[in-house]
Amino acid sequence: MIDPLWGVIAVIGAGTFAWRGAFLVFGHGLRMPDLVRRGLNYVPPAVFAALVLPGLVQWQTDGTMDAARLLAGAVAAWVAWRTRATLPTLIIGMIALWALRALLPA
Amino acid sequence: MTSPRRQAFADGLRAVAPMVAAIVPFGVTAGVAGLDAGLGAALTMGMSVIVFAGASQLASIQLIDAGAAAPLVVITALIINLRMLMYSAHLAPHFQHLTAGWRSLMAYILTDQAYALTISRVMTEGGDRCSHWFYLGVALPLWGVWQLATAFGYWAGTAMPPAWELGFIVPLIFLALLMMSINSRPGVIAALVAGSLSVLGRDLPAGLGLTLASLAGIAAGVIAEGWRRD
Repeated sequence: MIDPLWGVIAVIGAGTFAWRGAFLVFGHGLRMPDLVRRGLNYVPPAVFAALVLPGLVQWQTDGTMDAARLLAGAVAAWVAWRTRATLPTLIIGMIALWALRALLPA
Repeated sequence: MTSPRRQAFADGLRAVAPMVAAIVPFGVTAGVAGLDAGLGAALTMGMSVIVFAGASQLASIQLIDAGAAAPLVVITALIINLRMLMYSAHLAPHFQHLTAGWRSLMAYILTDQAYALTISRVMTEGGDRCSHWFYLGVALPLWGVWQLATAFGYWAGTAMPPAWELGFIVPLIFLALLMMSINSRPGVIAALVAGSLSVLGRDLPAGLGLTLASLAGIAAGVIAEGWRRD
């Protein structure tokens, strides 16, 4: 039997190609309504924030906040803000997490 | 002999080199995530080739792993990739002279990086008949390295001990993308609204919290922009 996830992937792939090709392939003269155009500006900050915060704000099994994750996230956020680059953010964020795990009481 | 085409392609390769290095851990993470979520090698690589958009791949895998309903996985992935529509609109006028085949290939390999580098070259140096070769020089290495990195992550994923907490790379990647995407006060408001609602709604079934929080954040950004104008 074919995994139904192939269907999910196919639809995401087709939809993504439609976004990418909307103007490049399908419609040269296509114009977007003003409200949509303005909304598109806020898609990246909104979606990325919604993805990232639940990963940083987490509670441990005993009900306390996972402080190491939160603090490492704050350090990485600062690095990302200053460098505007992915690689240093990943490296310093992971080092901060490991260091805080070692330093903070478990 | 250096033809203008070859020169433009080489310029693209040079411009993209540091970015290619930066996507390696991102691609490896997508492979590890596919392995951890039990997608299997075919689905993990199939998604990488068919969708070829990292942030949406990671988010989809996260949602699939959490048992989200298929429509919500699709909606969330497509919201994340909606920004490509903007890139398409911005790039299209510069490539109208090309054949439909060329433009389809360019659409399929369109990424944040390929858009950003190509549009800044067109803006600063003025577009020329060879800009599409520059675009290919940027976009093709990103495509190839992305596929290799995903495959490597899937293949090497089992060798990485859980104590390393490599899963933390996923929020770090989104954090970097978040910081790069915030360039205005309404953008900050969109991020704050979406982020806090997403934490509050994380226990909603089927990834609904993520999708609703994103939509609320986008609306908050548009509204905040209106305030500033008044």
